[in-house]
Amino acid sequence: MVKFCSLAEALAENLFDGDSVAFEGFTHLIPHAAAHEAIRQGRQELTLIRMTPDLVYDQMVGMGMAKKLIFSYLGNPGVGLLRRCRDAIENCHPRAVEIEEHSHAGMANAYEAGAAGLPLAVFRGYRGAGLTEVNPNIRSVTCPFTGETLAAVPALRPDVTFIHAQKANRKGDVLVEGIVGIQKEAVLAAKRAVVTVEEVVEDFADVHPNCCVLPQWTIRAIAVVPGGAHPSYAHGYYARDNATYLEWDHIAADRESFRAWMKIHVLDAKPEVFASRVGHLRRAA
Amino acid sequence: MSGPGFTPEQMMTVAAARALTSDDVCFVGIGAPSSACNVARLTHAPGITLIYESGTIGAAPKVLPLSIGDGELCETAVTTVSVPEMFRYWLQGGRITVGFLSAAQLDRYGNINTTVIGDYHHPKTRLPGGGGAPEIATSCGEVFITMKQSLRGMVEKIDFFTSFGHGDGGDARAKLGISTKGPTLLVTDLAVWKPDPETKEFMVTSLHPGVTGDAVQATCGWKVKFADRLEETAPPSGLELATLRDLKARSDHD
Repeated sequence: MVKFCSLAEALAENLFDGDSVAFEGFTHLIPHAAAHEAIRQGRQELTLIRMTPDLVYDQMVGMGMAKKLIFSYLGNPGVGLLRRCRDAIENCHPRAVEIEEHSHAGMANAYEAGAAGLPLAVFRGYRGAGLTEVNPNIRSVTCPFTGETLAAVPALRPDVTFIHAQKANRKGDVLVEGIVGIQKEAVLAAKRAVVTVEEVVEDFADVHPNCCVLPQWTIRAIAVVPGGAHPSYAHGYYARDNATYLEWDHIAADRESFRAWMKIHVLDAKPEVFASRVGHLRRAA
Repeated sequence: MSGPGFTPEQMMTVAAARALTSDDVCFVGIGAPSSACNVARLTHAPGITLIYESGTIGAAPKVLPLSIGDGELCETAVTTVSVPEMFRYWLQGGRITVGFLSAAQLDRYGNINTTVIGDYHHPKTRLPGGGGAPEIATSCGEVFITMKQSLRGMVEKIDFFTSFGHGDGGDARAKLGISTKGPTLLVTDLAVWKPDPETKEFMVTSLHPGVTGDAVQATCGWKVKFADRLEETAPPSGLELATLRDLKARSDHD
């Protein structure tokens, strides 16, 4: 039974020290507000799973919350590198982080396998790729029908997945629109799922029957956090804040400027500030 | 700036755009590939289908996206599918004719490194990694690569095989059971390169206007081979240049 509650409560009841957790959103609908709440509540020893760690995991890794990172693209999209993740991997600062690296195809297939209740994903991939030599979780199977060698990776089954979405109805069903990315698979693959939404509407009567809707019984908790994806975006609500992505490259370049930024914008902030961060981006959506 | 009113980077983008046709279904990497693909769409290849790995099929952005998942791509696309569907049905399914990639490090056989500089486990520089590229490189019908030349970027030996090109040359792809063509074109800021039909080593087939063979060699870490019949790349036309400039001007982040 889904529960509508505050973000602080949703996080406290669903994310625990040592969990494997996915804060998903493929460029779009990244649950930044939920991640910031995890940072404020000081979760530790997490295995962080995300196809594109993005700013959100740069911040969590930089705060020393991650013992392991499972990912497929460790960049600031269109800008460059993730400097806090680099500092962790290259210099073990603020702590050493174990990494498990895949390709996008590998991660996407692994989430899908998790959602499908399978132990592994099978696909045509990683041929000639160096990742096969550094990631022992990339293996192969032989097709019993054709003899073709195919890549195999273990299914992803996070303890908990957090996503952002456009809206929930009163019953707690959740609608995801636009670049749906990996949201549905990440929710269905997880043992528990928490969703932040822009708003709650009475019902989905006007929604097209083939839209991506996650039924309320697939979700543990919903928190309403307008702007909760910022600086990522919510299709139909506000545009991606590309200026912030560019600015992050400078903020994260230095350990002190990073800590100072995190104190002001995360540790001393509340989820309500997200609404004010997207005001100037609403018209552009 | 070079003399004739266009930069080497503009020449690179335009030369790369010319390789695409209206019949292509193209998987677009971000950055230089995205510029080239959209110049092609807005000039000689209006029928081209541009696909970004966020799931947007048939995107027609008015501004160049900063990321592969900007809202502009979804709003202009014919359809937007999930990421697993993108990689399973569309890429793995063999529906994409050209993959357009860039590289941090490249070798003479079109093998690409975007993962690490130095040792993987103790890297000197940790780069973003492969994203969609390892499978783009092997599942698209062929692969075009575009990058600026430099001794750091075009190297004798790459530090990590992020995306497989022609391995150590010859029939290396076939030996791995890969039936797609792999890298068939490299466009840099100085020249157009194509693989030797037998060895698969990239050779310079066309120099951009005003560029010498020495200049190409001076910014390439391996001993460069030049085709017997070396051509000169046609300079950007007025339309090509205007299209590229308009596109950049509309994209405030460039």
